[in-house]
Amino acid sequence: MKLNLKIWRQKDAKSEGKLKDYTVDNISPDSSFLEMLDILNNDLIHKGEEPIVFDHDCREGICGMCSLHINGHAHGPDSEITTCQLHMRKFKDGDTIVIEPWRSAAFPVIKDLAVDRSAYDKILQAGGFISVNTGGVPDANAIPIPKEDADESMDAAACIGCGACAATCKNGSAMLFVAARVSSLAKLPQGRVEGARRAKAMVAKMDELGFGNCTNTGACEAECPKGISISHIARLNREFLSAKLKD
Amino acid sequence: MNCFLVQSSVGRKLVMSISGCCLVLFLLFHMSMNITAVFSAEAYDAICAFLGANWYALVATVALAALVVVHILYAIWLTLQNRTARGSQRYKVTVQEANVSWSSKNMLVLGFAVLAGLLVHFFNFWYNMQFTEIMGEHVNSLGTSPVSGAELIAYHFSKLPYVIIYLVWFAALWFHLTHGVWSMFQSVGWANKTWYPRLKCIANVVATLVFAGFALVVVVFYIRSLC
Repeated sequence: MKLNLKIWRQKDAKSEGKLKDYTVDNISPDSSFLEMLDILNNDLIHKGEEPIVFDHDCREGICGMCSLHINGHAHGPDSEITTCQLHMRKFKDGDTIVIEPWRSAAFPVIKDLAVDRSAYDKILQAGGFISVNTGGVPDANAIPIPKEDADESMDAAACIGCGACAATCKNGSAMLFVAARVSSLAKLPQGRVEGARRAKAMVAKMDELGFGNCTNTGACEAECPKGISISHIARLNREFLSAKLKD
Repeated sequence: MNCFLVQSSVGRKLVMSISGCCLVLFLLFHMSMNITAVFSAEAYDAICAFLGANWYALVATVALAALVVVHILYAIWLTLQNRTARGSQRYKVTVQEANVSWSSKNMLVLGFAVLAGLLVHFFNFWYNMQFTEIMGEHVNSLGTSPVSGAELIAYHFSKLPYVIIYLVWFAALWFHLTHGVWSMFQSVGWANKTWYPRLKCIANVVATLVFAGFALVVVVFYIRSLC
């Protein structure tokens, strides 16, 4: 495959960036999107040019590091996959592909396509945990949990914190991320105890870090690589409002 | 307890949700009242006389105006915050995501269209009805009684430009409500996967009822003016 690429190049956080044109040739349709970028970077290094900086780690859809906005979609045009799981067979020979970094005030660009997503870490540090020592692994069914609750908790826990929700949201809202973290713990007895404190602390930190207000467009759910439902946002709203009304 | 309605993003959405809910209930009441005019001018005028410049009507009007102001101010405030959160650097390529409605991404624009229609409506009706009564006048700017609501409706909707303006206004309201009605349930947390299709269906039904009810009066009176 031969592809025309328009890639965001930005020297550092303070510099102005711009889209730069590149052409890659002999790309296998079976190669992943990140492998295609590796090939391009290899060519750039051989030419003596600076390679394109982009985040990546596990390359199997778990770590949430790859964070590219491809042709208007977070993680590219396929559904419920991360950028590293996107393959070039989703594109046609001769296609033009525009690759941009996440755009959100809370995710400033570090360099080229890499952004600083430590804001999500700070939200987690504010309350995305249980503060008791849970000890060793208990016997199975020592604490009975309804199947529906366990399923919902696991669905929410599938969030990899990649930032696609805030990057897609026209309001730059991180509600889906926060909701997934709150929901995954609120549906389990161990996490339920601190549910009210957690919801208040994480929402407060989210607001403090400059994320926007959720207006229920559902764009986050549509672009989430793990298909996290906005029903978790409804649960976060319930958790937060009931906690505040009890204050 | 009150500060979270100002300081928290979830609290601010609660304010939008509750004020929006009250306004939707008012729209349904207003629409039901208007439909009376299609069947009986006397009955409609009786309602207009009942809801004139009485103290309870004035208190309700002030409360309603306060809700409208709060809803608009919060909408502008939330939008400004959201624009800041989005950042100064925007995507070069954007697409409409699957299953994301156009209305949901254009609520402020639709809201301003609704507000513009509301101002025309105030000039046409409120100014010639309740405001005339408040000022102690017995005759409005059109030379009719401020409680002759049916006559005012017949006068304004015999003019095609007003018919078009009002129908466009109702269309903007329809789009606004298709997102707003289900969204208010989501914002207070009364939603889940089972109820999303039901809530969106309820939103479409409410929006269509409001549109059809208001539009019916406009169209019927325009057709009558042609006969």
